[in-house]
Amino acid sequence: MQDQPDAYHRAVPPVAVRDLRKVYESVVAVDGVTFSLAPGVVTALLGGNGAGKTTTISMLMGLVIPTSGEARVFGADMATERHKVLHRMNFESPYADIPRRLSVRQNLEVFARLYGVRAFRERIAELARELKLDDLLDRPYGTLSAGQRTRVSLAKALLNAPELLLLDEPTASLDPDTADWVRTKLEDFRRARGATVLLASHNMAEVERLADRVIMLEKGRIVADETPEALISRFGRRNLEEVFLDIARNTQPDLMSVRAAHDGD
Amino acid sequence: MAIDFQERRGQVPAMLSVALEAQNGPQASARRIGALVRRHWYLLRSSGPRALEMIFWPLVQMLTWGFLQVHLAKTTSLAATAAGLFVGGVLLWDILARSQLGFAMAFLEEVWARNLGHLMMSPLRPMELIASLIVVSLIKLSVAMVPVATIAYLMFDYNLFSLGLPLAAFFANLVLTSWSFGLVSTGAVLRYGLGAENIAWLMAFLMMPLACVYYPVTTLPWWLQPFAWALPPTHVFEGLRALVLHGEFRADLMLSALALNALYFALGLALFRYLIDSARRAGTLVQMGE
Repeated sequence: MQDQPDAYHRAVPPVAVRDLRKVYESVVAVDGVTFSLAPGVVTALLGGNGAGKTTTISMLMGLVIPTSGEARVFGADMATERHKVLHRMNFESPYADIPRRLSVRQNLEVFARLYGVRAFRERIAELARELKLDDLLDRPYGTLSAGQRTRVSLAKALLNAPELLLLDEPTASLDPDTADWVRTKLEDFRRARGATVLLASHNMAEVERLADRVIMLEKGRIVADETPEALISRFGRRNLEEVFLDIARNTQPDLMSVRAAHDGD
Repeated sequence: MAIDFQERRGQVPAMLSVALEAQNGPQASARRIGALVRRHWYLLRSSGPRALEMIFWPLVQMLTWGFLQVHLAKTTSLAATAAGLFVGGVLLWDILARSQLGFAMAFLEEVWARNLGHLMMSPLRPMELIASLIVVSLIKLSVAMVPVATIAYLMFDYNLFSLGLPLAAFFANLVLTSWSFGLVSTGAVLRYGLGAENIAWLMAFLMMPLACVYYPVTTLPWWLQPFAWALPPTHVFEGLRALVLHGEFRADLMLSALALNALYFALGLALFRYLIDSARRAGTLVQMGE
């Protein structure tokens, strides 16, 4: 079994982001974002297109270097020492594909070896059972339906039983039934692993169901950071979808002051 | 007041974990390199047309130059003396071109498959990515060149391996050059996206006129000759001509090629590292393949 984190590692938050800023030429994508994630918490990163979600997640993965500030995962600065912790995390996104000519089994084996999963054949068999991939293992990934591919992507993301799971639109383009099934599996995994999950999604019902905490971004800044229920209540809305629309349409003009007042409670 | 988000779902349960191998050290590196090589081996195995395509162009080149040599051998005494010069040249050239393409294509496969994000996000280190591309380029080179060299022997009675030990020196220098050029082309794609893909396709061929594959360096105008000598393959092909025409192994040429290769490989590595960092600053890794 993998070594359990020692006291030091338990004391270090899985994710700690401080004054994070990313500027692409003249465009400010992320503008002074600060937050940290406690172990075992599912956090949704919300915002409209261009709000800075993908850039924030990319900096957490170390794929993008911040202009200033820092993104730390398990204490490691992801700009300079990401390889210390990459084996403890994983991600799933419909925007990163898996090689299509290889069979599902071959793909999972390659990733299991990259992550150094011991007894990887057993692990793949276990995931195949859980995610109903048994009959698909020897089929080329490219021949699968969208729903089947999502299950394979999920299996890839769970191969190393990550302590930190980054999910970018995990149920995009799935039918409601498959999406619901995927959410259930994510809930099961979070429960079983005690994993920290950071989820970027446009599906507000999904966020309400999965997330313990919501961080809303607007033009690269955090405009709200609390539980979904608290957020809905503070905005006086019926659900997160309505809150999202309020923020996106700026019908709550002074969101930062609302947040500041909330922080000062 | 800070919110305790953990409280919302109660106590975090005991953790499921999966045993992982050690992540540092040569064994871990070898495992990750092996994983990526395995991925390309699966890919190669899964597509017959892909393997045939790798053999096709070297074979066409070799046949064209082989028949030209047969024709010239009947009409000129020089070509008769220099039997095997063209076929030898084309085979050595293809070692360089196929190895560079094998390196660059293995990388482009990841970009086309939109798999680069997964790889970059995995524990695979950039230097391990390069090492795996080198191994894949050697595998692809073998797939392409062993059948072509065999056909050259059967059709033109040209045995590449009759060059003996000098062949090892030629081979080593040519593949070293191909990896340096492969590093530059893959770095360019990492930084500038698929718009830079043509660099990978054209790089070796742009070098061909200056590398003097089929003619001596003295054929070039005087002002081009220093540029030709700055390319390691030029030293190799001059060495081939010295061996075939005069039966002389020019160790000095091989050593100068090796020195140039060491310089270019170091520069290629530095440039690759710079471009990958630059891609992380510019955010192009995230959009790769789109």
